[in-house]
Amino acid sequence: MVEVKHIIKSFDGRIVLNDISAVFEDGKTNLIIGRSGSGKTVLIKNIIGLMKPDSGEILYDGRELTGMDKHELNILRREMGMLFQGSALFDSMTVLENVMFPLDMFSKDSVKERKKRAKFCLERVNLTEAEHLYPSEISGGMMKRAAIARAIALNPKYLFCDEPNSGLDPKTALLIDDLIHDITKEYNMTTIINTHDMNSVMNIGENIIFIKEGVKKWQGTKEEVITSDNKALNDFIFASDLFRKVKEVEEEALEKK
Amino acid sequence: MKKSLHRLGEYTLLMIKSISIPDRWSMFFKQLVKEIYKLGLDSLWIVVIISVFIGTVIAIQISLNISSPLIPKFTIGYTTREIILLEFSSSIMCLILAGKVGSNIASEIGTMRVTEQIDAMEIMGVNSANFLIMPKIAGLMLFIPVLVIFSMFTGILGGIGASHLSGNGMTPASFEYGLQLYFNSFYVWYSIVKSIVYAFIISSIASYFGYYVKGGALEVGKASTNAVVMSSIMILLADVILTQLMLT
Repeated sequence: MVEVKHIIKSFDGRIVLNDISAVFEDGKTNLIIGRSGSGKTVLIKNIIGLMKPDSGEILYDGRELTGMDKHELNILRREMGMLFQGSALFDSMTVLENVMFPLDMFSKDSVKERKKRAKFCLERVNLTEAEHLYPSEISGGMMKRAAIARAIALNPKYLFCDEPNSGLDPKTALLIDDLIHDITKEYNMTTIINTHDMNSVMNIGENIIFIKEGVKKWQGTKEEVITSDNKALNDFIFASDLFRKVKEVEEEALEKK
Repeated sequence: MKKSLHRLGEYTLLMIKSISIPDRWSMFFKQLVKEIYKLGLDSLWIVVIISVFIGTVIAIQISLNISSPLIPKFTIGYTTREIILLEFSSSIMCLILAGKVGSNIASEIGTMRVTEQIDAMEIMGVNSANFLIMPKIAGLMLFIPVLVIFSMFTGILGGIGASHLSGNGMTPASFEYGLQLYFNSFYVWYSIVKSIVYAFIISSIASYFGYYVKGGALEVGKASTNAVVMSSIMILLADVILTQLMLT
């Protein structure tokens, strides 16, 4: 479980995160949603320790991140997996070498065992056919899958995904969502996904946190998103025609009852 | 002034972070071999080509400029050797390598920064500076003396070639006599020591500019240019200091 308490972060006096508190549960796909520039990426970067909050606490199963020294932070980071928006695969390495990288750096297993584990991870994301290709030789969807394989190579307790569907077609985006959701359940990980994709929200959003202008405005499940009367959330959700129509259909159905 | 001091501090901290015990020695040696191949061995052809041609031109220029019958012809070989050993094969060659190798390092690390590859390493708990920068510094410092020796050898060969082909009062015998006259082996060591210092300057400054890139492709290009300019200035400054320290 990851918990953030009263996080405040500002840049040059401009407050980007204003007193955010939230609980991200184990075995659930926790989504942080909000418009571009609302502070989602800053929040996730604070949670993973790439940025330091001005004040507040970040707890990983009770372990306080902000008070950790470098050594403790590095140990905690080996329990984390991260899927970046642009995949962040290492250009100079093949897909297999990318997945093997965290194992090569930290696993005490033999080379044969490490290779076996990397191949298993690639098999899990259906990417065995691309193991000898370089990132520049594969599609965006394949890059995301390779990045997921790399993120789960060390069997992490916490998985973070920054805009996992950006730049993908709707069908591939759904596949990536399902893959993240299935892996979360399979390994009982705490998964935190940063997105503004409403399809993801409706597909895998088990615990959703809505942020607007650096302030947490709403928290709930995907079932509660449609029926919520929170104005800020509704403005965000129903900016999409599709969801406005879904809401209309639901309301009509309710009236008929 | 404040910005320069800030940069100096940033550079020092990065070097402290980079030059530390690697997380995995096996990975370090793997990277080291890659860097020696990419930064060193790949530069061999340009070093050889430039050295042969410049060695030839130096010999021809000197022979054309010695018109007095009082100056013996072996001076051409002697002067060519001194220019190549003392300055060309170390300082000038490293200025050229600052362009080739420095821009390569800055753009590679800079691209990794803007595409979040460095963040990905940090999230894994890898000391990205140590993993990326230390093999480059060590690789270049280990291989640059080899390049300098190749440059000396091929530069002098170029001069010998000129003595055979160009005429201009030069004879191969007088040129070779001049090459061997008053030879001081310390000059070779002086050149090698200088080149090792330059290797550190090139690789560390280029890594610094690449590592702290912010923005996109345009900034990576700018960082690459800044890395070459700054390493060239630092090489020239180091040249003056080392010459003063070692030769006077």
